[in-house]
Amino acid sequence: MHRGQVSGWDAAVASRIIEARRQEPGAMLPILHDLQETFGYVDRAALPLIADALNLSRAEVHGVVSFYHDFRSEPAGRTQVKICRGEACQAVGCRELAAAAERRHGLTLGETSPAGDLTLEEVFCLGNCALGPAVQVDGESHGRVTPDVLDALIATSRSRGHA
Amino acid sequence: MTVRIHVPADSAAASVGADQVAARLAIEIERAGLDARIVRTGSRGLFWLEPMIEIETAAGPIAYGPVAPADIPGLLAAGLIDGGAHPLRLGPTAAIPYLARQERLTFARCGAIDPVSVDDYRARGGFKGLERALAMKPIEIVEEVTASGLRGRGGAGFPTGIKWRTVLGATADQKHIVCNADEGDSGTFADRMLMEGDPMLLIEGMAIAGLAVGATQGWIYIRSEYPRAVTTFTRAVEACRRAGILGAKVGGTGPAFDITVRMGAGAYVCGEETSLLESLEGKRALVRFKPPLPALKGLFGKPTVINNVLSFAAVPTILADGAKAYADYGMGRSRGTLPFQLAGNIKFGGLVEKAFGMTLGEAIHDFGGGTRSGRPVRAVQVGGPLGAYFPADHLDTPLDYEAFAARKGMLGHGGIVVFDDSVDMAEQARFAFEFCAKESCGKCTPCRIGSTRGRETIEKVIRGEAVERNLALVDDLCRTMTDASLCALGGLTPYPVLSAIEHFPEDFDRAPARVAAE
Repeated sequence: MHRGQVSGWDAAVASRIIEARRQEPGAMLPILHDLQETFGYVDRAALPLIADALNLSRAEVHGVVSFYHDFRSEPAGRTQVKICRGEACQAVGCRELAAAAERRHGLTLGETSPAGDLTLEEVFCLGNCALGPAVQVDGESHGRVTPDVLDALIATSRSRGHA
Repeated sequence: MTVRIHVPADSAAASVGADQVAARLAIEIERAGLDARIVRTGSRGLFWLEPMIEIETAAGPIAYGPVAPADIPGLLAAGLIDGGAHPLRLGPTAAIPYLARQERLTFARCGAIDPVSVDDYRARGGFKGLERALAMKPIEIVEEVTASGLRGRGGAGFPTGIKWRTVLGATADQKHIVCNADEGDSGTFADRMLMEGDPMLLIEGMAIAGLAVGATQGWIYIRSEYPRAVTTFTRAVEACRRAGILGAKVGGTGPAFDITVRMGAGAYVCGEETSLLESLEGKRALVRFKPPLPALKGLFGKPTVINNVLSFAAVPTILADGAKAYADYGMGRSRGTLPFQLAGNIKFGGLVEKAFGMTLGEAIHDFGGGTRSGRPVRAVQVGGPLGAYFPADHLDTPLDYEAFAARKGMLGHGGIVVFDDSVDMAEQARFAFEFCAKESCGKCTPCRIGSTRGRETIEKVIRGEAVERNLALVDDLCRTMTDASLCALGGLTPYPVLSAIEHFPEDFDRAPARVAAE
């Protein structure tokens, strides 16, 4: 979901994804999820293809893509960190964790580093509320995370990415 | 005989190393040539003991925890697979006081079975409710659910039987069953645990609902923040199809019923039922006006039962054991059990399923062991980000829908988030508005604009600017949001804000910030 399986936009691949789903009732979200899983983001060039397949206007498709927090219009960093900012995690110091991560990596939540190696994001609840502060790194949950633990998780993700 | 070793695959257990424990255990079992098999289960919900592993013995499961990968050689040397003595041995799982004092109906199997095994589920009493429902008329099923007193476990507490009766009474060529698994409230994780630990209970409940109202198509909308729940639930649906539980003949003899799994895309408002229906239809998740009720005009315009995960999951027990057995639990008009979730700054955080009526203080102190930091409890937020903040002198409130309403709070989905005395309640009030502003669907003005203006105004209070006047403005804004919002997001955001101001006035009594010295 976070890192695309295909690097770079490919209209033929996108068309196949859309075609495979178009007959399903309410196909829009499944199509967008499939596109994002494949490319790592939903390219603007996909919007007219979806609009055409589902008999909608481009504006309607854009409205859906921009409504949901999950859908990205450009690729995320190779390491994607989601820090939970829900109340349960606030009660055990997620604000300090997020601030430390921002400071150490020179990013604010929601940003991707210029080199494209790291994205920091906020999320409201990962369902790990008894073991906060909680984070997801590349889709995997971690509990009771301190700033040092988070740095180690990011380092591990990077070394996997370059292996 | 091959010994079963249970290692949770629950995402909270995995967040503290359960997958690494399972991997190391597999290596060491192989190396020692032991006759043992690892089964990945859900979690029992004793999260401070995770990763907690269990050995199936003739006398029942024996638990060990919290286990780190490095503990495994020592555990095996101590005779783990025979339930041998070791410092991490917790004894028979059922005798652990935290579990022994619970009344687990919905969560009885969670953590004890392979969640995607039809045989495991059936061996522990699964599908008994469905079998009984197959022998009943639709109206009899609806009456049984009504008689149980079951109220929607999503938060609003609407009687489930009444909702079902409306759908049963509607005529249409197609009806739908929709499970709202968009559990987005901070402090709640019961839905996630159930979908990861005992998904077939939910499948069975949805199938019974289909029989009760004459619906052949089920849908479950699971939030994308729960990737393991999506995977496990999907595998459970596939296993049920292969076993003939779902498909052309539900339970092998009934009418058709199948379930489609859909994943959300990160929008809190989809927990609101009409937003969720819009999202399932492929649109922006804008709240719908009611009426028409979803029961009459729901998904794709057809009559639809939409219930929360825990509502559907309560149904198989009600059908299997009868309405009275279920209704005998609880107090007042809150019948049965509610899985409470202890979260935030708490020592023994986890899932506590009890009949309604235990007090908030009993939950936090007797089960939760107080704060994790060891400092005094100062504030408790029950019912998610839209729930009220209670001060420590409200801990005598019974966990019951009406008792909470009487103190201007709400029980919601049973999430209990504890804060110690280091919390800044003005900051929490500010956050409540910020959250509403970020998650508002934007359809109605009080929610969309009110939340943004509310955040700005609280920020002025925090800076010490015209505190009294700005708090009056917040109060006025909250009244508008309460009275004029279309759904609970805008309508309930005033709960955390106003309760924080009412119960913790000292945190809002800010001195003006001093002008920086030249």
